[in-house]
Amino acid sequence: MPMDANEIERLIKSRIPDASVTIRDLAGDGDHYAATVIAESFRGKSRVQQHQLVYEALKGQMGGALHALALQTGIPNN
Amino acid sequence: MSIQQFIDNEVKSNDVVLFMKGTPQFPQCGFSGQVVQILDHLGVSYKGINVLESDDLREGIKAYAQWPTIPQLYVKGEFVGGCDIIREMFQAGELQEVLKDVAGKPVSA
Repeated sequence: MPMDANEIERLIKSRIPDASVTIRDLAGDGDHYAATVIAESFRGKSRVQQHQLVYEALKGQMGGALHALALQTGIPNN
Repeated sequence: MSIQQFIDNEVKSNDVVLFMKGTPQFPQCGFSGQVVQILDHLGVSYKGINVLESDDLREGIKAYAQWPTIPQLYVKGEFVGGCDIIREMFQAGELQEVLKDVAGKPVSA
């Protein structure tokens, strides 16, 4: 069952309220996404920890309803 | 031996371990294939473990690192990342740093 991009964004923001989320539907099939998540609250965390927060937000959808999500995380530049 | 013990043992007894779909010679997933390409490019020797050979292993490795996806790269007992992180680290030159102390193979910067 594919997942809507808005739903992905909503889940991420519910766990990481200060996140700025950009999502691209890579294949146009609602199943292969690329997400960029930028959040001040990532500061001081390793990349693995940042990604784990996002995966946590997706509540186990990753690898299930959500087949492929290429993920990039970071902190704001200024 | 439980699956968690098996994973723990592999991770701790090999300097560089890649849990992947397929084998380094025949990756069966694009994400696993990308990490294989990067490691091969760097000339690192590593052990590839095919999670498609066992459902226990495929699920067990996700629990082991609290990480929901495959591939997963471990260096000297530590989880370094999945495909996106490995690619980012490689592009930033950070992966070369992590791998430079690995025994056996020189890693070119």
